[in-house]
Amino acid sequence: MTYYMLSPRSGTAGRRPMTEDEVTHTTEAVLELEAEIKSAGAWVFGGRLHDPSTATVVQPAGDGVLTTDGPFAETKDHLGGFYVINAKDLDDALGWASKVSSLIQTAIEVRPFVDEMTS
Amino acid sequence: MTHDEVVIGRVFRLESGRAVAAVISMFGDIDLAEDAVQEAFTIALQKWPVTGVPPNPGAWVTATARNRAIDRLRRDARGANLLRDVAAQARTSRSSDELSEEEVVPDDRLRLIFTCCHPALAPQGQIELTLRLVCGLSTAEVARAFLASEPTMAKRLVRAKHKIKVARIPYRVPEQSELPDRLPRVLTAIYLTYTTGQAKQATEPDLCAEAVRLGRILRLLMADEAEVAGLLALMLLTESRRATRTDSQGELVLLRDQDRTGWDPSLIEEGQALIHWCLRRNRPGPYQLQAAIAAVHAEAVTFQDTDWHRILALYDRLIRMAPTPVVALNRAVALGEVHGAEAALREIDDLALVHYYPYHAARAEFLQRQGRTDEAARAYLAAASLAPGGPDKHHLRRRAERLSY
Repeated sequence: MTYYMLSPRSGTAGRRPMTEDEVTHTTEAVLELEAEIKSAGAWVFGGRLHDPSTATVVQPAGDGVLTTDGPFAETKDHLGGFYVINAKDLDDALGWASKVSSLIQTAIEVRPFVDEMTS
Repeated sequence: MTHDEVVIGRVFRLESGRAVAAVISMFGDIDLAEDAVQEAFTIALQKWPVTGVPPNPGAWVTATARNRAIDRLRRDARGANLLRDVAAQARTSRSSDELSEEEVVPDDRLRLIFTCCHPALAPQGQIELTLRLVCGLSTAEVARAFLASEPTMAKRLVRAKHKIKVARIPYRVPEQSELPDRLPRVLTAIYLTYTTGQAKQATEPDLCAEAVRLGRILRLLMADEAEVAGLLALMLLTESRRATRTDSQGELVLLRDQDRTGWDPSLIEEGQALIHWCLRRNRPGPYQLQAAIAAVHAEAVTFQDTDWHRILALYDRLIRMAPTPVVALNRAVALGEVHGAEAALREIDDLALVHYYPYHAARAEFLQRQGRTDEAARAYLAAASLAPGGPDKHHLRRRAERLSY
């Protein structure tokens, strides 16, 4: 079993905003899918993140760190949320990613965590 | 290379794919399998000149590679654990290097092919890995096939295998329900290998021959799949014309000028038999249709006898299945043969293929038929400038020149 990170490509530019009904429907469907992942024993951790404007950035500066209002200004794409799942192989992980991707109509990147045993 | 090395090398090329696949099945590690088979090759180079090639070389290679793999695993603690797990599941344990002549090595190459052609790997990487692991080409040979340096190709192969390992691409044949998504990729990888072989015209390694070989392996291991048969038929029929595609000076010879007595009748027969099987199977698909088109050409005794109506009808079906600009272009050429140059040009001019040299070549041909000499010459030049160096390029330039008198 390997841990995989499923992260959506974010940036809603070009997409029309969802109606209230669509938001409700999608939220319900997402919760249903999350329940499915959990009952399959694949859930490790995950969730949605607050708006990028709520972020704070800490960065190395000289001998210490500098703390500023976030998010990283350079990136247009901000992470909206992610899942960490436990899957037996890539096809298994891709199965979940496909469901998420279709549901939220967004591209999902699937990346394996470094597994101390095989690295 | 000595004569022995050539003979042994040839045998290994034939057998190493099955051995690699089998050892991966045993221990789940591609690098281990690859190294083990390589070691077996070294041993063969020492032993076989003395003992002769074993009567069941495949079994010898697999058994020897398996033993080399076990040796390697014994050398470290993690490997020892793996060995214990494997031994617990093993049906037989042999200490000798030889498997009996009757012993059949199970063919795990299908798993290997689907793994090498997994969608998580880039298409070019899929081809390279398949040629290395399934066809047994050396890294240097794969590098030569794609005009890359050996170190570059070695790095690319290492990266692909690394991805398989850390992303955990599973070593399996996809379920029936997954095949509609997974099988076309394998077919595309094989056909891309074939067309690359045609374009590069290198004869060592012969990518066309390797692609046909892969097609035959797939046909053997997936005897029920119509598109697999279709792809093999398409490649065989195209191969049948290989000898007549260029003349003794290396210049391109067009289909209409090819000496059809130089076409290989056994390849044509084999291709046609596959198509008949496909018709009975009645699960049409794009490769089968392309093969059927190639067969119509093969059946025409002379170019003038070509049944263009049938070809156009086949393209009408193909374009519905695979509505790509390239298919539309090829269909337009058939349309031109049936309905004339003007009809063809109307279809062709609609296509967004300005960077694709056959597009300009087709335009040029039909413009020439209409007597629009200047435009035709310009189109030939455009085609020539885009074509890769070789017979196609020379031919197109010559046609431009001939029109400019």
